Amino acid sequence: MLIKRKEFLQVGSLASAAFMMPKFLKAFEQPQMVPPGNKVTVILQLSGGNDGLNTVIPVRNDIYYKGRPGLGIARDKALLVTDEAGLNPALETFKSLFDDGSLGILNSVGYPNPDRSHFRSMDIWQSASASNEYITTGWIGRYLDAQCKGCDKPTQAVELDDVLSLALKGEESKGLAFKDPKRLFETSNGKYFKDINTDHHNGEEAVDYLYKTMSETISSADYIYQQSRLHPSAETYPSTELGKDLKTIASLIFSDINTKVYYVSLGSFDTHVNQENQQKRLFTELNDAVKAFVSDLKKNNRFNDVLITTFSEFGRRVAQNASGGTDHGTANNMFFISGALKKKGVLNAMPDLADLNEGDLKYQVDFKNVYATMLRQWLGADDTAILGKKFDYLDFI
Amino acid sequence: MAVSNRLKNQHLLWRAGFGPMAENAADMDTISQKDLWALLLKTSSKKPEKINVAQNLVDGLFKGVQDVSRMQKPELTNDQKKMIREQSRDDIKNLNIRWLEEMINNEAQLREKMSLFWHGHFATRVINSYFQQELLQTIRENALGNFKDLLHEVSKSPSMLSFLNNQQNRKKKPNENFAREVMELFTLGRGNYTEHDVKEAARAFTGWGFNFKGEFEFRTMQHDDDSKTVLGKTGNFNGDDVLDILLAQQQTAKFITQKIYRYLVNEQVDEAHVQWLSKRFYDSGYEIKNLLEDIFTSSWFYEEKNIGVKIKSPVELIAGIRRLLPMELENDQSQLLFQKVLGQILFFPPNVAGWPGGKNWIDSSSLMIRLRLPQILSANDILDIVPKTDDDLQGGMMEMASKKMKEVTRGGTGKIDWVMVAKIFEAVPREKLLQKISDTVLQSKSRVTDTVLEKYLNKENRENYTKSAIINLMSTPEYQLC
Repeated sequence: MLIKRKEFLQVGSLASAAFMMPKFLKAFEQPQMVPPGNKVTVILQLSGGNDGLNTVIPVRNDIYYKGRPGLGIARDKALLVTDEAGLNPALETFKSLFDDGSLGILNSVGYPNPDRSHFRSMDIWQSASASNEYITTGWIGRYLDAQCKGCDKPTQAVELDDVLSLALKGEESKGLAFKDPKRLFETSNGKYFKDINTDHHNGEEAVDYLYKTMSETISSADYIYQQSRLHPSAETYPSTELGKDLKTIASLIFSDINTKVYYVSLGSFDTHVNQENQQKRLFTELNDAVKAFVSDLKKNNRFNDVLITTFSEFGRRVAQNASGGTDHGTANNMFFISGALKKKGVLNAMPDLADLNEGDLKYQVDFKNVYATMLRQWLGADDTAILGKKFDYLDFI
Repeated sequence: MAVSNRLKNQHLLWRAGFGPMAENAADMDTISQKDLWALLLKTSSKKPEKINVAQNLVDGLFKGVQDVSRMQKPELTNDQKKMIREQSRDDIKNLNIRWLEEMINNEAQLREKMSLFWHGHFATRVINSYFQQELLQTIRENALGNFKDLLHEVSKSPSMLSFLNNQQNRKKKPNENFAREVMELFTLGRGNYTEHDVKEAARAFTGWGFNFKGEFEFRTMQHDDDSKTVLGKTGNFNGDDVLDILLAQQQTAKFITQKIYRYLVNEQVDEAHVQWLSKRFYDSGYEIKNLLEDIFTSSWFYEEKNIGVKIKSPVELIAGIRRLLPMELENDQSQLLFQKVLGQILFFPPNVAGWPGGKNWIDSSSLMIRLRLPQILSANDILDIVPKTDDDLQGGMMEMASKKMKEVTRGGTGKIDWVMVAKIFEAVPREKLLQKISDTVLQSKSRVTDTVLEKYLNKENRENYTKSAIINLMSTPEYQLC
């Protein structure tokens, strides 16, 4: 009943809804009121090709240390999680999550015939295509197509960015990209746009499509902004871009919004030169933001409903280069963070550095298996339809 | 509803070029389509002047660091490589902006419009500004010529050879990348060849590469001299032979015609028209100009169902605004940012398949920016967004965008020559002014009703009325169509 009442109040204009909201109702706006069980995922894209071998360090591997005389992270510096694996020293939160049983590490994720170009490999990851096919929609976009058939607001997947990534573009529906719900609301709610939108009646297909998109944008922006104000996060986040983005995401997760996928990127991890400092800086931003985010989720009893996934378009070459950096590689590791992991810790074998392909790791797990698992086991979606093919599920969720 | 003469002419200008310009928009009521087409052909008849951005040959040569590293050349230090890479990126930015200027201001509208088509068809994405500049010139010179010549020349361009790894295509160690794409994307289309054809064709292209000077080079030592079988033909083929075999297939004419039809006429393909066009294209020996003449002089091209139904590409949108509204941009680099946030950066196609186009241009973010673009250009709005910096080639392209956002957004505005714009409508009586402006700016049948529009118009005087009408009409979903 209460939820219905709240929805009723939201129908009115924002100002009046906030004004009219009696104190006693506000008292009910406690975190426990949000129904648990609404599974969402936060996809964290590490753009530029994060060096996986200095993320999860094979601390017992001589080939690693031999190939990286300057860049290799010593065993006693790494945050050991198993006898043979340690995390990058800047990833303390990830170490605590590991100890907590809330972190899964999947090694050697990639795809056949890997492409070492950033944009092409990113295309492949985002569209979930094979390396020799070109798909103009993204895997989350196709998820959105399935979720938003005939719906009026494609808010099931959103990206915290000013420009929408291919990953969130479907055939019919496309996700929403925004940095700040308020600014999204302001730019799309110009009176002129609202007026011409109301004024438009049926026309040719193309013009109707444009008006439909505009109309969806206006109502989604309105909806997202309202939701973002319902239960604003009270946690203190670092004042970095990622910190702000995760705070926005947390506020939305605590609301009643129907968003299931949040997409956000961090970069650039393209560390050809002077890798150590750059990776450390980015990992610190990642570590601190995730720390606040997880703490926030836990306080609001939502950590079991959220799955944070990280990926990068490729890993980097095993051997370091001559500029204190590493060049483009292939397979890489992924992190899974949640309070509800079925399997945790290091999920498979560490990469085999003795068996390389022209200096690069051979992939052991296709990333599309990960997608299929997330789509089916977490989001309850029809992975085969979305990926165009059946991929076996992994068992970490 | 009968289609007006103006609408038909503007239709031709939008499809065969980048829309009407302030200087000729007033004449669109009177000229005939036949005369306008003749004019379009005439103004595109000259060989295009080359856009030179790579300062000199050596400069350009050393710019392709990635390619350079594979060649036997004097060792460059990392700093030198970096410097060269940055120089090359700057050059490509210049190439981008200068070519865009040609689309806006060059009278050879038809040539530039078709060059943009081929630029997306033969999509390459390489860091070497010299390679890019040369390929663009090849495309612009052959844009209205013969498709056979174009295909042969592009296939031998360092830009394509390096983008599709033919430099690494050697006897006994073939690289199939180019052989596959030339069939899938440049000639036949998927499903019209086998994997075996790809393998065999790749052997024919072995030894095709380029030298330090950025010239095509056939390395006979690396060429596989044995017999190959491609599409049922057997012989000791080289790359040129395979291209000719592909061109001999009627399917190639059909594939190209269909793609051009979607680009120039309608995303919804009329099979009968394409059938007719492609046969004539094939019989002409792939004369592009003949194909265009067939399209633009047919009566069906001017039918209502083909007018105002195509979503403009970002480049068409920017060029179109700037043609009707002559303007001086405070900072012409802001156009790179517009291209980026709208999803089409010249010389940075998403992949070898080019820009998918159509509805693909549109999502919430890109649409709202499109709707605000006229306001931004006329200094009523600022673009307060920061696109992600991508790595690879775009990284350098957009570092300007993220680091110096403030300058760029301020520079995003232009000084519009409203006096010239007012001239388009000087003979129009006040009571017909809004209708005339609407008919000049928009191609779609759907229109924002006058009563809604009137609420937002500045009625102080005729000039402000005209300004506000144009900017408001350009800030509609309808204006996204041509």
